[in-house]
Amino acid sequence: MEAVGKLPEGNFTPQDMNLKIEAINKVTLKDRANSYKNRPFSFFLLALVSLAALITILVFLLLIGYIFVKGIPNIKPELFEWEYTTENVSMMPAIINTFLMTFATLILAVPIGVFSAVYLVEYAKKGSKLVAVVRITTETLAGIPSIVYGLFGFLMFASAFKWGYTFIGGVLTLAIMVLPTIMRTTEEALKSVPDSFREGSFGLGAGKLRTVFRIVLPSAIPGIFSGVVLSTGRIVGETAALIFTAGTKAAVPSDIFSSTRTLAVHMYSLLTEGLYIEQAYATAVIILVMVIVINAVSSKLAKTIVKNR
Amino acid sequence: MNEVREGLMKFVFLIAACVSILSTILICFFMFVNGIPAIAEIGVFKFLFGMTWKPSNGFYGIFPMIIGSIYVTAGAIIVGVPVGVLCAVFMARFCPKKLYSVMKPAIGLLAGIPSIVYGFFGLVVIVPVIQDIFGTNGKGVLTASILLGIMILPTIISVSEDAVRSVPESYYEGALALGDTHEQAVFRAVVPAAKSGILAGIILGVGRAIGETMAVIIVAGNQTIIPTSVLSGVRTMTSNIVMEMGYATGLHREALIGTGVVLFVFILIINLLFSVIKKER
Repeated sequence: MEAVGKLPEGNFTPQDMNLKIEAINKVTLKDRANSYKNRPFSFFLLALVSLAALITILVFLLLIGYIFVKGIPNIKPELFEWEYTTENVSMMPAIINTFLMTFATLILAVPIGVFSAVYLVEYAKKGSKLVAVVRITTETLAGIPSIVYGLFGFLMFASAFKWGYTFIGGVLTLAIMVLPTIMRTTEEALKSVPDSFREGSFGLGAGKLRTVFRIVLPSAIPGIFSGVVLSTGRIVGETAALIFTAGTKAAVPSDIFSSTRTLAVHMYSLLTEGLYIEQAYATAVIILVMVIVINAVSSKLAKTIVKNR
Repeated sequence: MNEVREGLMKFVFLIAACVSILSTILICFFMFVNGIPAIAEIGVFKFLFGMTWKPSNGFYGIFPMIIGSIYVTAGAIIVGVPVGVLCAVFMARFCPKKLYSVMKPAIGLLAGIPSIVYGFFGLVVIVPVIQDIFGTNGKGVLTASILLGIMILPTIISVSEDAVRSVPESYYEGALALGDTHEQAVFRAVVPAAKSGILAGIILGVGRAIGETMAVIIVAGNQTIIPTSVLSGVRTMTSNIVMEMGYATGLHREALIGTGVVLFVFILIINLLFSVIKKER
């Protein structure tokens, strides 16, 4: 410690120290330019990766910017009237239904996903065959594209059960679709709970069940919640899985067996009808805002999880 | 009493764990039971390799759609992979911290944007540009490839970035010590070591591109012919299902489900490839 004794005492942080150390090895721009002169290929590589990053950023800005700039002037009060008519092309029923559907899907999928993760992490024996099968099937489910989910939902709920296009058919299809996401995030969250928590709980005489519900699950809540947020994003953006399960009726569902559309499906209908390009712009803005909010929540959660570790 | 409760809840957890198995079985069952008889009735060869899709006249050949799916997926790889992988290398090894704190959430947002919004973006931005340059109606293989290339970017970037970051620092330092520049060290020592991770990212991207529906249907033109140039219209297996499912009946409907079965098999193969590569790492 004597070596740095000369440095000011008090608010001295490691960052200041790094600065000092870097200063010795500092490479000026001129040095770098010289080095690139001798090695043109290195400069070429640098240019290449920078270009790729630039393209990505530009695409992002163009996508978001274009839709906001062209879309916001098209947001008009009549788009938010309670009833949909071909006159006002209101998206309000679709917005309400998006919330209803997200809520219903999560009510169904979260307990199942969390419970199965609990089984996999807390109860299953290592190397059990069942666990291996569950893993394979979850991975398969995660890779299935939404149109196949849509076909399946159509075949099972709309045709085999003879329900036709229903709210509940859409919810069940979506619940299966987001199940792998919830399972995976919960599993990771449960695994990151230190074993000492469990041992402490057992040591105080708690049973397995009490340990799971009182100790392990509460510590895993941020992780579980991030899975919920990810799933919400997927539900809000889903179209292909819903067209042939929940249908495209533009009204708030009166009961769980009536057809209805979410905001993304609403946008698809507007585009296929081809007459409502302005309203489609406005809908795109609303969907984007939802996605941005969902993403912000999810990255905030990710930060708290890292902090807790 | 307590023991009963413990046992009961363990059983509940077990049942929950079996839901994903049950779901997978149900999906396979419904797809295959409804799709295979139609394929058999039409004839496997006629169905898979038939050149004409005219349900009203009893022609159910999905070969143009299979080729269509392969074309746009290949196009998406050509557009998306170079940009995606290089961007991932940039983010892992070149990116200033401040820029990174902006780019990372931006890529997260790109991944979260729904496909219908991408499709709309393609319709109002990419299609007019292609119209202006080539004087066609703007919808076709090229447009779909560019759009899908953009859509698979976030997948490829995030998986590849993780792969590049997980290469031990000693690889990089060793290359520097041997006199490489920063760029040479990254491209000759670090990136080759991350090869399998990058490949896994690309395969995930392929899975996303081939299964994509709503964006493709809006910008691909949807003609049921084998495209003759990159500008001609194309219909993929996914868009074939969505376009006609609404009004199809009888054998026509079953043939569409059969199209879904073929797509499903493609996806299963891609998933299998992905898990093989993941195991190798």
